[in-house]
Amino acid sequence: MTPKEGTLITPADLAGSGAQRNDPDIYGKFGRFGGRYVPEALIPALDEVAAEYEKAKNDLGFVREFEHLLRTYAGRPTTLTEVPRFAEHAGGARILLKREDLTHTGAHKINNVLGQALLTKRLGKRRVIAETGAGQHGVATATAAALMGLECVIYMGAVDCERQALNVARMKLLGATVVPVTNGSQTLKDAINEAFRDWVANVDHTHYLFGTVAGPHPFPEIVRDFARIIGVEARRQVLELTGRMPDAVCAAVGGGSNAMGIFHAFVDDANVRLYGYEAGGRGADTGEHALTLTQGSEGVLHGARTFVLQDEEGQTLESHSISAGLDYPGVGPEHAWLKDIGRATYEGVTDKEAMEAFALLARTEGIIPAIESSHALAGALRLGRELGPDAVILVNLSGRGDKDMGTAMKYFNL
Amino acid sequence: MTTLQAVFDKARAEDRAALVGYLPAGFPTKDGAIAAATAMVEAGCDVIEIGLPYSDPLMDGPTIQDAVHRSLTNGTRIADVLRTVEGVAKSGAATLVMTYWNPIGRYGAERFARDLASAGGVGTITPDLTPEEAEPWLAASKGAGIDTVFLVAPSSPEERIGKVVACCTGFVYAASLMGVTGARETVNAAAEGLVKRTKSLTSLPVCVGLGVGNGDQAAEIAAYADGVIVGSAFIRRLLDAPDEKSGIAAVRDLASDLARGVRR
Ligand SMILES: Cc1ncc(COP(=O)(O)O)c(C=O)c1O
Repeated sequence: MTPKEGTLITPADLAGSGAQRNDPDIYGKFGRFGGRYVPEALIPALDEVAAEYEKAKNDLGFVREFEHLLRTYAGRPTTLTEVPRFAEHAGGARILLKREDLTHTGAHKINNVLGQALLTKRLGKRRVIAETGAGQHGVATATAAALMGLECVIYMGAVDCERQALNVARMKLLGATVVPVTNGSQTLKDAINEAFRDWVANVDHTHYLFGTVAGPHPFPEIVRDFARIIGVEARRQVLELTGRMPDAVCAAVGGGSNAMGIFHAFVDDANVRLYGYEAGGRGADTGEHALTLTQGSEGVLHGARTFVLQDEEGQTLESHSISAGLDYPGVGPEHAWLKDIGRATYEGVTDKEAMEAFALLARTEGIIPAIESSHALAGALRLGRELGPDAVILVNLSGRGDKDMGTAMKYFNL
Repeated sequence: MTTLQAVFDKARAEDRAALVGYLPAGFPTKDGAIAAATAMVEAGCDVIEIGLPYSDPLMDGPTIQDAVHRSLTNGTRIADVLRTVEGVAKSGAATLVMTYWNPIGRYGAERFARDLASAGGVGTITPDLTPEEAEPWLAASKGAGIDTVFLVAPSSPEERIGKVVACCTGFVYAASLMGVTGARETVNAAAEGLVKRTKSLTSLPVCVGLGVGNGDQAAEIAAYADGVIVGSAFIRRLLDAPDEKSGIAAVRDLASDLARGVRR
């Protein structure tokens, strides 16, 4: 039986087209990026997750259950919205938004979380832990844990707990324990460190439900595969609406999951340009940014070889972004590889540009985007002016902005 | 310079386990670390691991995190780490550097191996470097004539232990428990089994670390392992002391207690 389009396994995969999937090698490497740099104690657990995922993705029962949840619980397929009034500010190019903000819990994170929660049950584990920056991955994980009766602990930097207080309350209401992390920069990177420490000690009954396409193998591959439905749907929707492929696909890049999710289905479409937008924070020359791919250097962070914001002795530098979800000094290894081979282009968008795009979409189209996603919107505005009125630009609107109202109230004096 | 081989030969001749102490460079201060480690050697540590402070110590519990954070705040750089190794090696102990991979990778594997050897260091312990990624470091270390110590864990199946010990020279580090660094009330029962499994696959000495904090625990481990590794408990003494001088005195007392333990 051939699974239909939109499943984890596409007909092309079954036909054995490895190129289409761009899977990492047996060491988890995309080119020279990725791999595993972790304590030996975790290797068996990573092997176990990788082996179970291999089985699961070839098990139609698993794939159907995942699809069923995506459809009946997450609200897929998400719609594609053309935004002409917004696009007037982008040189008249056609801009199409992939509406991940309309999923249950309000961001693309739910796709990966539902897949990994099902995997957790297959692994026979009863507890999940996760890191979160903006709180969206934490909320999604707490949601899936409630749905499937799993114990749930979320690690969140104390600084992020404050700027995303609404999401902390949501996680608690959903029955999760939220642990504020007070060491280091008290943001996403420190939450990841703390989650790994928990995992080493509790690995016999706990799955680390990693929230982005970073970390040691097999997380970059698994998270991408559970998120690739975004691009699979969008590719079909753009074709249906416009009769052609988009000229460019834009996405915000924190760890890189929403970007890999929408990019992956287009990687083999050589004429479709892929653009990732990182957080430029207060500006590239201020040192207060999260420009990992554009200003960072090769190194190892959180178990993978990738690009890192680091000093000349390999100490991780603190990142900055107005958006908690992009405030991360590392990035997924597959992005490092796509950059290295020249397949994708990565640029920075400052806090100011992102907030302008945030307000512009709200006023011109009645959609309040997440500040993370607003980085992709700002990128699309820039790109539209560059490509001209004939261009079709697909943007991943990875999440909704409700969680960001506190930041917006301060920023715009609302 | 005392080699690891010489340390374990001597310990074996004396029918005891070797005592290995850990301290991060730059903690409590740059000079204080050298003084504290020297006191540890004088009181009976055979091997000293100097920690290279790293911003993201994923394998460490609160005690070492705290010390490392202070060290980085003190402005500790790799040059300071090497200077610490140089100072401690003079005390007669075999001196290693314990470090996460990224600082070495960034500094340059060959350059780090060469500079460490020049400082009198005899090797490294690299807790997040897996055998799959180890090749560049093994080559650089071999070139510089320094040892490479890697970790096995209670969760390691035989096949993994085999891969890890194949990368090791000097000794094998057996992590006594599934968890981060930090002293515990009791030594994990899994440690003895792990040492047995490891010894069935290598003739290298096997040392046990993680969670060890007093002479009784050291004696318990010394009954089946070639060495006992203690870190957080030393740091705790320094953190809890009102000043550096009394902290170093407390470190010396603990080292004496542990040294009696490995000789019981
Ligand atoms: C709405 C939204 N977009 C993007 C991101 C960034 O993560 P990633 O780069 O993994 O998609 C986050 C992270 O929290 C998010 O909540």
